[in-house]
Amino acid sequence: MSKHNKLFKRLIFASVGMFFFAFALVPLYDVFCDVTGLNGKPSLEQAKISEDVVNDRLVDVGFITHVQNKAPFKVRVDQDIVTVKPGEMNQVVFSATNLTDETRIMQAVPSISPGLAAQYMHKVECFCFAQQTFLPGETMDLTLLFYIDTAIDNEIEELTLSYTVFDIVNNE
Amino acid sequence: MTGTVENDQDSYQGDDDHGHGNDHHHTPTGIKRWLYSTNHKDIGSLYLGFSLIMLLIGGAMAMVIRAELFQPGLQLIEPNFFNQMTTVHGLVMVFGAVMPAFVGLANWMIPLMIGAPDMALPRMNNWSFWILPFAFAMLLGSLFMEGGGPNFGWTFYAPLSTTYSNSNTALFVFSVHIMGISSIMGAINVIVTIINMRAPGMTWMKMPMFVWTWFITAFLLIAVMPVLAGAVTMVLTDKYFGTSFFDAMGGGDPVMFQHIFWFFGHPEVYIMILPAFGIISTIVPTFSRKKLFGYHSMVYATGSIAFLSFIVWAHHMFTTGMPLAAELFFMYSTMLISVPTGVKVFNWVATMWRGAISFEVPMLFAIAFIVLFTIGGLSGLMLAITPADFQYHDTYFVVAHFHYVLVTGALFSIMAAVYFWLPKWTGNMFDIRLGKTHFWLSLISVNVLFFPMHFVGLAGMPRRIPDYALQFADFNAIISLGGFAFGLSQLLFVWCVIKCVKGGDKVDAKVWDGAEGLEWEVPSPAPHHTFATPPVIK
Repeated sequence: MSKHNKLFKRLIFASVGMFFFAFALVPLYDVFCDVTGLNGKPSLEQAKISEDVVNDRLVDVGFITHVQNKAPFKVRVDQDIVTVKPGEMNQVVFSATNLTDETRIMQAVPSISPGLAAQYMHKVECFCFAQQTFLPGETMDLTLLFYIDTAIDNEIEELTLSYTVFDIVNNE
Repeated sequence: MTGTVENDQDSYQGDDDHGHGNDHHHTPTGIKRWLYSTNHKDIGSLYLGFSLIMLLIGGAMAMVIRAELFQPGLQLIEPNFFNQMTTVHGLVMVFGAVMPAFVGLANWMIPLMIGAPDMALPRMNNWSFWILPFAFAMLLGSLFMEGGGPNFGWTFYAPLSTTYSNSNTALFVFSVHIMGISSIMGAINVIVTIINMRAPGMTWMKMPMFVWTWFITAFLLIAVMPVLAGAVTMVLTDKYFGTSFFDAMGGGDPVMFQHIFWFFGHPEVYIMILPAFGIISTIVPTFSRKKLFGYHSMVYATGSIAFLSFIVWAHHMFTTGMPLAAELFFMYSTMLISVPTGVKVFNWVATMWRGAISFEVPMLFAIAFIVLFTIGGLSGLMLAITPADFQYHDTYFVVAHFHYVLVTGALFSIMAAVYFWLPKWTGNMFDIRLGKTHFWLSLISVNVLFFPMHFVGLAGMPRRIPDYALQFADFNAIISLGGFAFGLSQLLFVWCVIKCVKGGDKVDAKVWDGAEGLEWEVPSPAPHHTFATPPVIK
């Protein structure tokens, strides 16, 4: 019977190991996405200003905002699409309103499509770097300063920056 | 190898004592006989009976789905209940019907085929069966509770199963946990039995194909069922305890759910078909009266399929916006699976080639399996083509594909196996005319049911929707009629099995004249205890 027990213990060990492997997939997934830049998650760190500008190329950058889970915010952007030169600094202003009569905290999560373009989008200033506190009924202008990397792939002619807006006060 | 043989002898001594102990007190009667049984044949029968009940319950849900889809528009049920039906139908059929049926066959046949007196871990065997009814009671019970059962599809994609699911989701999660624990224990038992308890002289390459395929399946189960348990646990904590594995608000990613799920899900589909390959590889040589063509290549093909099943999962996710390189990788690796699968199909055909074939009921099901499973395999190959998949994704073409491989594949092989070994289990021949009627009605109706799904799928009818555009009305009426006919035909199967258990013409130890293997050396019906002294394999 001890022969059974030894094998049994090994197999139980393997099963338990695979259970934890499922959870290990979570950080592995993030590492994989970071290394390959696959899933369109842009960097959330402040970028340095570009030194040179490419004048003979133009890239269309579109903006989308999406309010998640009926969060009580209204978010608008002043321009839906801007056409930019790689390396050139651009400013886009979003305006957000707290629709309730309570103080709310907003977090915007950026995502870029196509995913491979994410590494070429550099944000010098973004409201998504920090949580934004809104007083009851307050409307705020939120500024985004960005430039497109001069190394951007020639195949990418347009990209879309999407902000998903969450209300993190009322997060049950 | 000699060392192993001696060790085997030792383990028989131990198990033998246990067996004698049972004989002296003899078994309790009534319900306790089944509740307390540690006998592999009893537990095999329990698994098979349970699986038959689940087949009928899951089938009844399919009937509800087809009744609603008989005509366009909403006639009978609410869309939310329709979603619960598609979800629970899938879960019941996968985890309640197909998998327990294979475990039941493994319990009955593996010890008989390798000349062992019982499974290696009989008490765990008892436990792994008896937790299953509780799992399904929870799952099916949630359908009758306020809020209803799970309605997010058997694949329970986040955020459907987290943000948007009803508050009974915990019941779904815990029932999947229990099903997973049961499968893992079953798999461990199979592996320990096969490694430690083969009769002296039964080397690896003398093992029957059914044993080989189950051995490999058991490793797949141990590798992926815990991952499924992990995935449902993450859904549970996301929904109830504020974690954000799959929620972008907290830094998670819903696409990651699909990666984790299909890392389990793709090997799972091979878990449901590899034992079927073993059954067909047993039945076809028997009724062709030839040896299995290419035994070694069958073993290696099974191993290759098991390995490849781990590197193809993202072909379920072509439309999630993967980069081109990944889509190409998963396309080619998926197509590669058709090579070992093709080896198997050609080997079965080559086994039949110039054989003295007779068409007994198990052979009819086996031949139908080869033809219809190949159709399912070919539509799978079409789905593997990345650019084409964007058109087929989430349409009825996919529904047609996986029902061809699971119903005319896995389910037909289980029925073939039941008709093949039922006389050995009961000692009675089944009613052959009834069996043949069941076969022909099933064969015709199953194709009326699933074949037109290819057409409506290619034309763009989406799956999991209770209503459809008017141009699909005629085909859907035909599909539903095929569905009702197939559902009713299975009642003949139930009748045939019950009739055979109750009585019939007595059969010899070797029921089929072309049959080979140790299971045909024990009397029919197989006595409660067999191979107390291990046979010696030449």
